[in-house]
Amino acid sequence: MQNSIGKVAGLLADYAHCIDSDELERWPGFFTDQARYFVTTSFNRERGLPIGIIDATSRDMMEDRVAALRKANIYEPQRYRHIISVVRITGRDGKVVSAEAGFMVVRTLIDGTQDLFVSGRYEDVIDFSGESPLFAEKQVVLDSDKINTLLAIPL
Amino acid sequence: MTQTDKIWPSNNLTEVPYAVYEDEQIYARERERIFQGPTWNILGLECEVPEAGDYKTTFLGDIPIVVVRGQDGALRGFENRCAHRGALLCLEKFGKTKVFTCAYHAWSYDYDGNLVGVAFQNGVQGQGGMPDDFRREDHGLRRVKIAVLAGLIFGSFDPDVQDLEHYLGPEHVRHIHRVLPKSPKVLGYYTQTMQNNWKLYAENVRDPYHASILHLFFTTFRVNRLSQKGGILVSEGGGNHISYSKLDPSGDDREYDKEKLRADSKFGLKASALLGGIDEFNDGITIQILSVFPNLVIQQVFNSLVVRQIVPRGVDTADILWTTYGFADDDDAMSEMRQLHSNYVGPAGYISMEDGAVGNFIQRALPGTAGMTSVVKMGGADAASMESRATETSIRGFWKAYRHHMGL
Repeated sequence: MQNSIGKVAGLLADYAHCIDSDELERWPGFFTDQARYFVTTSFNRERGLPIGIIDATSRDMMEDRVAALRKANIYEPQRYRHIISVVRITGRDGKVVSAEAGFMVVRTLIDGTQDLFVSGRYEDVIDFSGESPLFAEKQVVLDSDKINTLLAIPL
Repeated sequence: MTQTDKIWPSNNLTEVPYAVYEDEQIYARERERIFQGPTWNILGLECEVPEAGDYKTTFLGDIPIVVVRGQDGALRGFENRCAHRGALLCLEKFGKTKVFTCAYHAWSYDYDGNLVGVAFQNGVQGQGGMPDDFRREDHGLRRVKIAVLAGLIFGSFDPDVQDLEHYLGPEHVRHIHRVLPKSPKVLGYYTQTMQNNWKLYAENVRDPYHASILHLFFTTFRVNRLSQKGGILVSEGGGNHISYSKLDPSGDDREYDKEKLRADSKFGLKASALLGGIDEFNDGITIQILSVFPNLVIQQVFNSLVVRQIVPRGVDTADILWTTYGFADDDDAMSEMRQLHSNYVGPAGYISMEDGAVGNFIQRALPGTAGMTSVVKMGGADAASMESRATETSIRGFWKAYRHHMGL
Protein backbone atom coordinates (compact mmCIF):
# COMPACT_ATOMS: atom_id res chain seq x y z
CA MET A 1 0.00 0.00 0.00
CA GLN A 2 2.81 2.39 0.97
CA ASN A 3 4.31 1.70 -2.43
CA SER A 4 1.07 2.52 -4.26
CA ILE A 5 0.73 5.81 -2.44
CA GLY A 6 4.20 6.78 -3.56
CA LYS A 7 3.57 5.75 -7.18
CA VAL A 8 0.26 7.61 -7.37
CA ALA A 9 1.82 10.69 -5.78
CA GLY A 10 4.59 10.55 -8.38
CA LEU A 11 2.07 10.32 -11.22
CA LEU A 12 0.08 13.26 -9.83
CA ALA A 13 3.25 15.31 -9.47
CA ASP A 14 4.14 14.66 -13.13
CA TYR A 15 0.55 15.42 -14.17
CA ALA A 16 0.49 18.74 -12.31
CA HIS A 17 3.92 19.67 -13.65
CA CYS A 18 2.73 19.04 -17.21
CA ILE A 19 -0.21 21.43 -16.80
CA ASP A 20 1.50 24.06 -14.67
CA SER A 21 4.43 24.33 -17.08
CA ASP A 22 2.09 24.69 -20.09
CA GLU A 23 3.04 21.43 -21.76
CA LEU A 24 -0.59 20.70 -22.56
CA GLU A 25 0.29 18.63 -25.64
CA ARG A 26 1.59 15.99 -23.20
CA TRP A 27 -1.58 16.09 -21.07
CA PRO A 28 -3.62 13.47 -23.01
CA GLY A 29 -0.64 11.12 -22.74
CA PHE A 30 -1.41 10.64 -19.04
CA PHE A 31 -4.61 8.78 -20.00
CA THR A 32 -5.53 5.45 -21.54
CA ASP A 33 -7.22 5.47 -24.99
CA GLN A 34 -10.71 5.06 -23.59
CA ALA A 35 -10.21 7.10 -20.42
CA ARG A 36 -12.76 9.55 -19.17
CA TYR A 37 -11.79 12.99 -17.90
CA PHE A 38 -14.76 14.54 -16.15
CA VAL A 39 -14.95 17.86 -14.30
CA THR A 40 -18.02 18.34 -12.11
CA THR A 41 -19.07 19.89 -8.81
CA SER A 42 -19.60 18.22 -5.46
CA PHE A 43 -23.15 19.62 -5.54
CA ASN A 44 -23.91 17.64 -8.71
CA ARG A 45 -22.09 14.60 -7.39
CA GLU A 46 -24.09 14.50 -4.15
CA ARG A 47 -27.34 14.65 -6.11
CA GLY A 48 -26.29 12.12 -8.71
CA LEU A 49 -26.56 14.65 -11.55
CA PRO A 50 -24.68 13.43 -14.63
CA ILE A 51 -23.76 16.62 -16.52
CA GLY A 52 -20.69 18.53 -15.46
CA ILE A 53 -18.38 21.20 -16.84
CA ILE A 54 -16.01 19.15 -19.03
CA ASP A 55 -16.66 15.58 -20.14
CA ALA A 56 -14.01 13.99 -22.37
CA THR A 57 -14.81 10.33 -22.91
CA SER A 58 -11.65 9.36 -24.81
CA ARG A 59 -8.04 10.44 -25.19
CA ASP A 60 -8.97 11.73 -28.66
CA MET A 61 -11.41 14.14 -27.05
CA MET A 62 -8.65 15.37 -24.75
CA GLU A 63 -6.38 15.93 -27.75
CA ASP A 64 -9.20 17.85 -29.42
CA ARG A 65 -9.52 20.05 -26.35
CA VAL A 66 -5.84 20.88 -26.37
CA ALA A 67 -6.02 21.62 -30.12
CA ALA A 68 -9.02 23.90 -29.49
CA LEU A 69 -7.23 25.73 -26.68
CA ARG A 70 -4.19 26.25 -28.89
CA LYS A 71 -5.90 27.09 -32.18
CA ALA A 72 -9.45 28.22 -31.62
CA ASN A 73 -10.42 29.37 -28.15
CA ILE A 74 -9.64 32.89 -27.02
CA TYR A 75 -8.70 33.50 -23.41
CA GLU A 76 -6.25 35.66 -21.57
CA PRO A 77 -2.82 34.13 -21.05
CA GLN A 78 -2.86 32.48 -17.65
CA ARG A 79 -1.10 29.81 -15.69
CA TYR A 80 -2.00 27.40 -12.94
CA ARG A 81 -0.17 26.26 -9.83
CA HIS A 82 -1.46 22.94 -8.52
CA ILE A 83 -0.99 22.09 -4.86
CA ILE A 84 -1.91 18.43 -4.31
CA SER A 85 -2.54 16.77 -0.96
CA VAL A 86 -1.32 13.44 0.35
CA VAL A 87 -2.83 10.55 -1.62
CA ARG A 88 -5.46 8.17 -0.24
CA ILE A 89 -5.82 4.74 -1.84
CA THR A 90 -9.51 3.85 -2.06
CA GLY A 91 -9.47 0.56 -3.95
CA ARG A 92 -7.45 -1.98 -5.82
CA ASP A 93 -8.31 -4.54 -8.50
CA GLY A 94 -5.24 -6.34 -9.78
CA LYS A 95 -3.07 -3.72 -11.41
CA VAL A 96 -5.75 -1.07 -11.27
CA VAL A 97 -5.69 1.26 -8.29
CA SER A 98 -8.31 3.78 -7.22
CA ALA A 99 -7.02 6.82 -5.40
CA GLU A 100 -8.12 10.21 -4.14
CA ALA A 101 -6.20 13.41 -3.54
CA GLY A 102 -7.25 16.92 -2.64
CA PHE A 103 -6.00 19.82 -4.73
CA MET A 104 -5.97 23.58 -4.98
CA VAL A 105 -5.21 25.56 -8.11
CA VAL A 106 -4.00 29.15 -7.99
CA ARG A 107 -4.60 30.97 -11.27
CA THR A 108 -2.29 33.79 -12.31
CA LEU A 109 -3.17 36.16 -15.16
CA ILE A 110 -0.57 38.10 -17.12
CA ASP A 111 -1.43 41.34 -15.35
CA GLY A 112 -0.38 39.66 -12.11
CA THR A 113 -3.88 39.02 -10.75
CA GLN A 114 -3.70 35.91 -8.63
CA ASP A 115 -6.58 33.99 -7.07
CA LEU A 116 -7.40 30.68 -5.54
CA PHE A 117 -9.22 29.49 -8.66
CA VAL A 118 -10.62 26.16 -7.53
CA SER A 119 -10.22 23.48 -4.89
CA GLY A 120 -11.53 19.94 -5.00
CA ARG A 121 -10.54 16.34 -5.18
CA TYR A 122 -9.25 14.00 -7.84
CA GLU A 123 -10.98 10.64 -7.95
CA ASP A 124 -8.63 8.61 -10.08
CA VAL A 125 -8.60 5.11 -11.47
CA ILE A 126 -5.02 4.31 -12.44
CA ASP A 127 -3.92 1.46 -14.66
CA PHE A 128 -0.49 0.16 -13.61
CA SER A 129 -0.37 -2.72 -16.11
CA GLY A 130 1.72 -0.92 -18.73
CA GLU A 131 5.17 0.54 -18.79
CA SER A 132 4.06 3.71 -17.07
CA PRO A 133 0.90 4.24 -15.03
CA LEU A 134 -2.03 5.83 -16.88
CA PHE A 135 -5.34 7.31 -15.74
CA ALA A 136 -8.20 5.09 -16.87
CA GLU A 137 -10.52 7.65 -15.32
CA LYS A 138 -10.04 11.01 -13.71
CA GLN A 139 -12.96 12.71 -12.06
CA VAL A 140 -12.29 16.24 -10.89
CA VAL A 141 -14.87 17.06 -8.24
CA LEU A 142 -14.88 20.76 -7.40
CA ASP A 143 -15.79 21.91 -3.89
CA SER A 144 -17.59 25.01 -5.15
CA ASP A 145 -20.03 25.16 -8.03
CA LYS A 146 -18.75 28.60 -9.03
CA ILE A 147 -16.21 29.06 -11.79
CA ASN A 148 -14.72 32.52 -12.07
CA THR A 149 -14.88 33.76 -15.69
CA LEU A 150 -13.90 30.59 -17.55
CA LEU A 151 -12.18 27.23 -17.30
CA ALA A 152 -9.84 26.90 -20.26
CA ILE A 153 -6.75 24.96 -19.16
CA PRO A 154 -7.63 21.52 -17.73
CA LEU A 155 -7.38 20.94 -13.99
CA MET B 1 -33.95 65.89 -13.25
CA THR B 2 -30.94 64.08 -11.89
CA GLN B 3 -27.64 63.29 -13.57
CA THR B 4 -28.94 59.77 -14.11
CA ASP B 5 -31.94 61.05 -16.08
CA LYS B 6 -29.59 62.68 -18.59
CA ILE B 7 -27.39 59.65 -19.10
CA TRP B 8 -28.56 58.94 -22.67
CA PRO B 9 -27.53 61.61 -25.17
CA SER B 10 -30.42 60.89 -27.55
CA ASN B 11 -33.38 58.63 -28.21
CA ASN B 12 -31.35 56.51 -30.63
CA LEU B 13 -31.11 52.82 -29.84
CA THR B 14 -27.72 52.78 -31.60
CA GLU B 15 -25.80 54.37 -28.75
CA VAL B 16 -25.29 52.97 -25.29
CA PRO B 17 -23.63 55.18 -22.68
CA TYR B 18 -20.76 53.34 -21.00
CA ALA B 19 -21.87 54.76 -17.66
CA VAL B 20 -24.74 52.26 -17.49
CA TYR B 21 -22.20 49.53 -16.74
CA GLU B 22 -20.62 51.18 -13.69
CA ASP B 23 -22.96 53.79 -12.24
CA GLU B 24 -24.19 52.91 -8.73
CA GLN B 25 -27.31 55.06 -9.10
CA ILE B 26 -28.22 53.23 -12.28
CA TYR B 27 -27.77 49.94 -10.45
CA ALA B 28 -30.05 51.10 -7.62
CA ARG B 29 -32.68 52.22 -10.14
CA GLU B 30 -32.49 48.86 -11.93
CA ARG B 31 -33.20 47.10 -8.65
CA GLU B 32 -36.23 49.32 -8.11
CA ARG B 33 -37.71 49.70 -11.59
CA ILE B 34 -36.62 46.54 -13.40
CA PHE B 35 -36.27 43.81 -10.81
CA GLN B 36 -39.00 45.12 -8.50
CA GLY B 37 -40.94 46.56 -11.41
CA PRO B 38 -43.42 45.04 -13.90
CA THR B 39 -41.09 42.35 -15.27
CA TRP B 40 -41.16 38.57 -15.16
CA ASN B 41 -37.95 36.97 -13.91
CA ILE B 42 -36.86 33.36 -14.22
CA LEU B 43 -36.56 31.68 -10.81
CA GLY B 44 -36.04 28.05 -11.77
CA LEU B 45 -37.75 24.89 -12.96
CA GLU B 46 -40.95 23.54 -11.51
CA CYS B 47 -39.43 20.06 -11.29
CA GLU B 48 -36.96 21.37 -8.71
CA VAL B 49 -39.76 21.67 -6.14
CA PRO B 50 -42.07 18.73 -6.95
CA GLU B 51 -43.88 18.19 -3.62
CA ALA B 52 -45.68 20.27 -1.00
CA GLY B 53 -43.12 21.84 1.32
CA ASP B 54 -40.26 21.57 -1.20
CA TYR B 55 -38.52 24.90 -1.56
CA LYS B 56 -35.61 26.48 -3.36
CA THR B 57 -33.76 29.67 -2.64
CA THR B 58 -32.70 31.93 -5.48
CA PHE B 59 -32.52 35.58 -6.47
CA LEU B 60 -34.82 37.98 -8.24
CA GLY B 61 -32.32 40.53 -9.48
CA ASP B 62 -29.95 40.38 -6.54
CA ILE B 63 -32.77 40.13 -3.99
CA PRO B 64 -32.82 36.82 -2.09
CA ILE B 65 -36.08 34.93 -2.40
CA VAL B 66 -37.67 31.57 -1.63
CA VAL B 67 -40.00 29.59 -3.89
CA VAL B 68 -42.08 26.92 -2.14
CA ARG B 69 -44.81 24.50 -3.18
CA GLY B 70 -47.90 24.77 -1.00
CA GLN B 71 -50.28 22.03 0.20
CA ASP B 72 -52.58 22.85 -2.71
CA GLY B 73 -49.75 22.15 -5.18
CA ALA B 74 -49.39 25.79 -6.22
CA LEU B 75 -46.08 27.64 -6.01
CA ARG B 76 -45.56 30.67 -3.80
CA GLY B 77 -42.68 33.08 -3.64
CA PHE B 78 -41.51 35.52 -1.01
CA GLU B 79 -38.41 37.33 0.10
CA ASN B 80 -35.83 35.21 1.86
CA ARG B 81 -35.59 37.70 4.68
CA CYS B 82 -37.12 37.54 8.13
CA ALA B 83 -39.58 40.37 8.77
CA HIS B 84 -38.12 40.84 12.27
CA ARG B 85 -34.45 41.83 11.91
CA GLY B 86 -33.91 41.04 8.25
CA ALA B 87 -31.82 37.89 8.50
CA LEU B 88 -31.84 35.28 5.74
CA LEU B 89 -34.51 32.69 6.50
CA CYS B 90 -33.22 29.80 4.39
CA LEU B 91 -29.58 29.08 3.70
CA GLU B 92 -29.79 25.85 1.68
CA LYS B 93 -30.29 25.91 -2.07
CA PHE B 94 -33.03 23.31 -1.81
CA GLY B 95 -34.97 21.87 1.10
CA LYS B 96 -38.24 20.61 2.46
CA THR B 97 -39.96 22.10 5.49
CA LYS B 98 -43.29 22.41 7.27
CA VAL B 99 -42.56 25.93 8.44
CA PHE B 100 -39.83 28.51 7.76
CA THR B 101 -38.15 29.43 11.02
CA CYS B 102 -35.55 32.15 11.34
CA ALA B 103 -32.38 30.99 13.08
CA TYR B 104 -31.92 34.31 14.87
CA HIS B 105 -35.06 34.65 17.05
CA ALA B 106 -37.24 31.79 15.79
CA TRP B 107 -39.92 33.86 14.07
CA SER B 108 -41.69 31.40 11.84
CA TYR B 109 -43.69 31.61 8.62
CA ASP B 110 -46.06 29.34 6.71
CA TYR B 111 -45.95 28.50 2.98
CA ASP B 112 -47.72 31.76 2.18
CA GLY B 113 -45.14 33.81 4.05
CA ASN B 114 -47.57 34.60 6.89
CA LEU B 115 -45.98 35.08 10.30
CA VAL B 116 -47.28 32.20 12.42
CA GLY B 117 -44.95 32.18 15.40
CA VAL B 118 -42.98 34.71 17.48
CA ALA B 119 -40.78 33.31 20.22
CA PHE B 120 -41.71 34.69 23.65
CA GLN B 121 -44.41 36.89 22.11
CA ASN B 122 -45.99 37.18 25.57
CA GLY B 123 -42.69 37.61 27.36
CA VAL B 124 -41.16 35.42 30.03
CA GLN B 125 -42.88 35.17 33.42
CA GLY B 126 -44.99 38.21 32.67
CA GLN B 127 -41.99 40.36 31.76
CA GLY B 128 -41.12 41.72 28.33
CA GLY B 129 -42.81 40.37 25.21
CA MET B 130 -44.41 42.14 22.31
CA PRO B 131 -46.70 45.12 22.93
CA ASP B 132 -50.45 44.43 22.98
CA ASP B 133 -50.95 46.11 19.61
CA PHE B 134 -48.48 43.78 17.88
CA ARG B 135 -50.29 41.88 15.16
CA ARG B 136 -48.63 38.98 13.38
CA GLU B 137 -50.60 39.67 10.22
CA ASP B 138 -48.73 42.98 9.84
CA HIS B 139 -45.41 41.19 9.63
CA GLY B 140 -45.59 38.68 6.83
CA LEU B 141 -42.88 38.22 4.22
CA ARG B 142 -43.02 40.34 1.09
CA ARG B 143 -44.64 38.26 -1.65
CA VAL B 144 -43.40 37.48 -5.10
CA LYS B 145 -46.07 36.80 -7.70
CA ILE B 146 -45.44 33.45 -9.40
CA ALA B 147 -46.38 32.20 -12.85
CA VAL B 148 -45.43 28.94 -14.54
CA LEU B 149 -45.00 28.29 -18.25
CA ALA B 150 -43.68 25.05 -19.80
CA GLY B 151 -42.25 23.98 -16.44
CA LEU B 152 -40.40 27.27 -15.92
CA ILE B 153 -41.03 29.32 -12.79
CA PHE B 154 -41.22 33.09 -13.25
CA GLY B 155 -41.59 35.67 -10.49
CA SER B 156 -42.47 39.34 -10.21
CA PHE B 157 -42.58 41.74 -7.29
CA ASP B 158 -45.23 43.77 -9.11
CA PRO B 159 -48.72 42.38 -8.44
CA ASP B 160 -49.99 44.33 -11.46
CA VAL B 161 -47.48 42.94 -13.96
CA GLN B 162 -49.12 41.92 -17.26
CA ASP B 163 -49.84 38.22 -17.63
CA LEU B 164 -46.82 36.09 -18.47
CA GLU B 165 -47.92 34.95 -21.93
CA HIS B 166 -48.43 38.51 -23.14
CA TYR B 167 -45.16 39.56 -21.57
CA LEU B 168 -43.34 36.82 -23.48
CA GLY B 169 -45.17 37.28 -26.78
CA PRO B 170 -46.59 34.49 -28.98
CA GLU B 171 -43.30 33.62 -30.73
CA HIS B 172 -41.55 33.21 -27.40
CA VAL B 173 -44.30 31.07 -25.97
CA ARG B 174 -44.00 28.85 -29.05
CA HIS B 175 -40.20 28.65 -28.97
CA ILE B 176 -40.13 28.00 -25.21
CA HIS B 177 -42.58 25.12 -25.63
CA ARG B 178 -40.37 23.95 -28.49
CA VAL B 179 -37.46 23.21 -26.13
CA LEU B 180 -39.74 22.27 -23.22
CA PRO B 181 -42.40 20.11 -24.88
CA LYS B 182 -42.71 17.93 -21.77
CA SER B 183 -41.70 18.01 -18.14
CA PRO B 184 -37.91 18.50 -17.89
CA LYS B 185 -35.46 16.74 -15.63
CA VAL B 186 -32.43 18.58 -14.20
CA LEU B 187 -29.13 17.01 -15.32
CA GLY B 188 -26.63 19.35 -13.69
CA TYR B 189 -25.88 22.77 -12.22
CA TYR B 190 -23.00 25.17 -12.19
CA THR B 191 -22.48 28.89 -11.71
CA GLN B 192 -20.24 31.09 -13.79
CA THR B 193 -19.13 34.33 -12.18
CA MET B 194 -18.60 37.09 -14.71
CA GLN B 195 -16.44 40.04 -13.76
CA ASN B 196 -18.70 42.46 -15.58
CA ASN B 197 -22.01 44.27 -15.31
CA TRP B 198 -25.01 41.97 -15.82
CA LYS B 199 -26.15 43.89 -18.89
CA LEU B 200 -22.96 43.08 -20.78
CA TYR B 201 -23.98 39.43 -20.57
CA ALA B 202 -27.60 40.24 -21.48
CA GLU B 203 -26.24 41.98 -24.60
CA ASN B 204 -23.80 39.19 -25.39
CA VAL B 205 -26.55 36.57 -25.61
CA ARG B 206 -28.53 38.88 -27.92
CA ASP B 207 -25.53 39.44 -30.20
CA PRO B 208 -25.35 36.99 -33.12
CA TYR B 209 -22.81 39.28 -34.86
CA HIS B 210 -19.98 38.10 -32.59
CA ALA B 211 -20.73 34.39 -32.75
CA SER B 212 -18.56 33.36 -35.71
CA ILE B 213 -15.91 35.98 -34.94
CA LEU B 214 -15.19 35.56 -31.22
CA HIS B 215 -16.00 31.84 -31.09
CA LEU B 216 -13.56 30.33 -33.56
CA PHE B 217 -14.14 26.68 -32.69
CA PHE B 218 -16.48 25.87 -35.58
CA THR B 219 -14.51 27.78 -38.21
CA THR B 220 -11.15 26.43 -37.02
CA PHE B 221 -12.35 22.87 -37.21
CA ARG B 222 -14.28 23.55 -40.42
CA VAL B 223 -17.57 22.33 -39.14
CA ASN B 224 -19.33 25.58 -39.94
CA ARG B 225 -22.25 24.79 -42.18
CA LEU B 226 -22.42 27.52 -44.76
CA SER B 227 -25.85 26.35 -45.80
CA GLN B 228 -27.22 27.07 -42.34
CA LYS B 229 -30.39 29.12 -42.35
CA GLY B 230 -31.52 31.17 -39.44
CA GLY B 231 -32.90 34.39 -38.18
CA ILE B 232 -33.57 36.74 -35.33
CA LEU B 233 -36.97 37.34 -33.79
CA VAL B 234 -37.42 40.33 -31.52
CA SER B 235 -40.52 40.68 -29.37
CA GLU B 236 -42.77 43.70 -29.61
CA GLY B 237 -41.29 45.56 -26.65
CA GLY B 238 -37.78 44.64 -27.74
CA GLY B 239 -36.70 42.90 -24.54
CA ASN B 240 -37.09 39.29 -25.64
CA HIS B 241 -35.27 37.74 -28.57
CA ILE B 242 -34.81 34.41 -30.32
CA SER B 243 -31.82 33.62 -32.48
CA TYR B 244 -31.95 30.33 -34.32
CA SER B 245 -30.13 28.51 -37.05
CA LYS B 246 -31.06 25.36 -38.91
CA LEU B 247 -29.74 23.08 -41.56
CA ASP B 248 -31.12 23.98 -44.95
CA PRO B 249 -33.42 21.06 -45.77
CA SER B 250 -32.84 21.76 -49.47
CA GLY B 251 -29.08 21.77 -48.95
CA ASP B 252 -26.95 19.22 -50.75
CA ASP B 253 -26.24 16.17 -48.60
CA ARG B 254 -22.87 15.72 -50.28
CA GLU B 255 -21.88 19.15 -49.03
CA TYR B 256 -22.75 18.03 -45.54
CA ASP B 257 -20.74 14.82 -45.97
CA LYS B 258 -17.83 16.84 -47.22
CA GLU B 259 -17.93 18.92 -44.07
CA LYS B 260 -17.77 15.78 -42.03
CA LEU B 261 -14.85 14.51 -44.05
CA ARG B 262 -13.02 17.71 -43.43
CA ALA B 263 -13.56 17.15 -39.75
CA ASP B 264 -11.40 14.09 -40.09
CA SER B 265 -8.62 15.98 -41.87
CA LYS B 266 -5.60 17.24 -40.01
CA PHE B 267 -7.48 20.45 -39.25
CA GLY B 268 -10.36 18.56 -37.79
CA LEU B 269 -11.45 16.91 -34.60
CA LYS B 270 -10.16 13.45 -33.76
CA ALA B 271 -13.31 12.57 -31.86
CA SER B 272 -15.93 13.48 -34.45
CA ALA B 273 -18.77 12.06 -32.34
CA LEU B 274 -19.08 15.57 -30.93
CA LEU B 275 -20.35 16.67 -34.33
CA GLY B 276 -23.23 14.25 -34.32
CA GLY B 277 -26.65 15.12 -32.99
CA ILE B 278 -30.28 14.14 -32.80
CA ASP B 279 -33.00 16.33 -34.32
CA GLU B 280 -35.08 15.90 -31.18
CA PHE B 281 -37.64 18.59 -31.95
CA ASN B 282 -38.05 17.49 -35.59
CA ASP B 283 -37.56 20.91 -37.13
CA GLY B 284 -33.90 21.03 -38.10
CA ILE B 285 -33.09 23.89 -35.72
CA THR B 286 -29.68 23.06 -34.28
CA ILE B 287 -28.97 26.16 -32.23
CA GLN B 288 -31.57 28.33 -30.52
CA ILE B 289 -30.75 31.10 -28.08
CA LEU B 290 -33.83 32.65 -26.51
CA SER B 291 -33.78 35.54 -24.07
CA VAL B 292 -36.50 37.11 -21.96
CA PHE B 293 -36.01 40.51 -20.36
CA PRO B 294 -34.39 40.89 -17.91
CA ASN B 295 -32.74 37.72 -16.62
CA LEU B 296 -33.58 34.59 -18.64
CA VAL B 297 -31.70 32.78 -21.38
CA ILE B 298 -32.74 29.37 -22.69
CA GLN B 299 -30.21 27.68 -24.87
CA GLN B 300 -30.32 24.74 -27.24
CA VAL B 301 -26.89 23.97 -28.66
CA PHE B 302 -27.49 20.75 -30.57
CA ASN B 303 -28.69 18.44 -27.77
CA SER B 304 -27.44 20.55 -24.89
CA LEU B 305 -30.43 22.24 -23.25
CA VAL B 306 -29.81 24.84 -20.57
CA VAL B 307 -31.75 27.42 -18.61
CA ARG B 308 -29.49 30.31 -17.63
CA GLN B 309 -30.45 32.82 -14.96
CA ILE B 310 -28.58 36.12 -14.73
CA VAL B 311 -28.01 37.39 -11.17
CA PRO B 312 -26.50 40.89 -10.80
CA ARG B 313 -23.91 41.08 -7.99
CA GLY B 314 -23.11 44.76 -7.94
CA VAL B 315 -22.20 47.03 -10.85
CA ASP B 316 -19.19 45.01 -11.96
CA THR B 317 -20.08 41.35 -11.26
CA ALA B 318 -22.82 38.93 -12.30
CA ASP B 319 -23.44 35.27 -11.65
CA ILE B 320 -24.88 33.10 -14.41
CA LEU B 321 -26.73 30.12 -12.93
CA TRP B 322 -26.66 27.28 -15.47
CA THR B 323 -29.24 24.52 -15.16
CA THR B 324 -28.75 21.76 -17.71
CA TYR B 325 -31.84 19.68 -18.39
CA GLY B 326 -33.16 16.76 -20.37
CA PHE B 327 -36.29 14.64 -20.22
CA ALA B 328 -37.34 11.57 -18.27
CA ASP B 329 -37.71 9.56 -21.48
CA ASP B 330 -34.24 10.33 -22.85
CA ASP B 331 -32.80 7.03 -24.10
CA ASP B 332 -29.11 6.08 -23.86
CA ALA B 333 -28.27 7.64 -27.23
CA MET B 334 -29.89 10.91 -26.23
CA SER B 335 -28.23 10.94 -22.80
CA GLU B 336 -24.88 10.39 -24.48
CA MET B 337 -25.49 13.28 -26.87
CA ARG B 338 -26.47 15.62 -24.03
CA GLN B 339 -23.29 14.60 -22.22
CA LEU B 340 -21.10 15.10 -25.32
CA HIS B 341 -22.68 18.41 -26.24
CA SER B 342 -22.24 19.73 -22.70
CA ASN B 343 -18.65 20.32 -23.84
CA TYR B 344 -19.82 23.11 -26.15
CA VAL B 345 -21.30 25.28 -23.39
CA GLY B 346 -20.60 26.73 -19.98
CA PRO B 347 -17.38 28.18 -18.56
CA ALA B 348 -15.28 25.51 -20.35
CA GLY B 349 -17.47 25.31 -23.45
CA TYR B 350 -15.84 25.20 -26.88
CA ILE B 351 -18.24 27.80 -28.26
CA SER B 352 -18.96 29.77 -25.11
CA MET B 353 -15.92 30.11 -22.86
CA GLU B 354 -15.02 33.42 -24.52
CA ASP B 355 -18.32 34.91 -23.38
CA GLY B 356 -17.08 34.63 -19.80
CA ALA B 357 -14.18 36.94 -20.55
CA VAL B 358 -15.36 39.37 -23.21
CA GLY B 359 -17.68 41.34 -20.92
CA ASN B 360 -14.75 41.78 -18.55
CA PHE B 361 -12.66 43.16 -21.42
CA ILE B 362 -15.26 45.94 -21.69
CA GLN B 363 -15.60 46.39 -17.93
CA ARG B 364 -11.84 46.88 -17.55
CA ALA B 365 -11.76 49.50 -20.28
CA LEU B 366 -14.53 51.67 -18.76
CA PRO B 367 -12.23 54.22 -17.07
CA GLY B 368 -12.17 57.30 -19.28
CA THR B 369 -15.52 56.69 -20.96
CA ALA B 370 -17.51 59.38 -19.12
CA GLY B 371 -19.99 60.89 -21.58
CA MET B 372 -19.09 58.36 -24.27
CA THR B 373 -21.29 55.77 -25.94
CA SER B 374 -20.70 52.48 -27.75
CA VAL B 375 -21.83 51.87 -31.35
CA VAL B 376 -24.73 49.49 -32.00
CA LYS B 377 -25.51 50.10 -35.66
CA MET B 378 -25.10 46.70 -37.28
CA GLY B 379 -28.24 45.86 -39.23
CA GLY B 380 -29.84 49.29 -38.92
CA ALA B 381 -31.20 51.50 -36.19
CA ASP B 382 -34.37 49.75 -35.06
CA ALA B 383 -35.16 46.59 -33.16
CA ALA B 384 -37.08 44.56 -35.73
CA SER B 385 -36.88 40.84 -36.52
CA MET B 386 -34.55 39.95 -39.39
CA GLU B 387 -33.34 36.93 -41.33
CA SER B 388 -29.70 37.96 -41.31
CA ARG B 389 -27.61 37.23 -38.29
CA ALA B 390 -25.14 40.01 -39.16
CA THR B 391 -27.12 42.34 -36.99
CA GLU B 392 -27.35 43.92 -33.56
CA THR B 393 -31.10 44.32 -33.74
CA SER B 394 -31.80 42.29 -30.59
CA ILE B 395 -29.23 44.29 -28.59
CA ARG B 396 -31.13 47.42 -29.61
CA GLY B 397 -34.29 45.61 -28.51
CA PHE B 398 -32.80 45.04 -25.07
CA TRP B 399 -32.05 48.74 -24.70
CA LYS B 400 -35.50 49.66 -25.94
CA ALA B 401 -37.07 47.61 -23.15
CA TYR B 402 -34.46 48.74 -20.63
CA ARG B 403 -35.03 52.44 -21.30
CA HIS B 404 -38.77 51.95 -21.15
CA HIS B 405 -38.57 50.35 -17.70
CA MET B 406 -35.91 52.70 -16.40
CA GLY B 407 -37.62 55.86 -17.70
CA LEU B 408 -34.41 56.91 -19.46
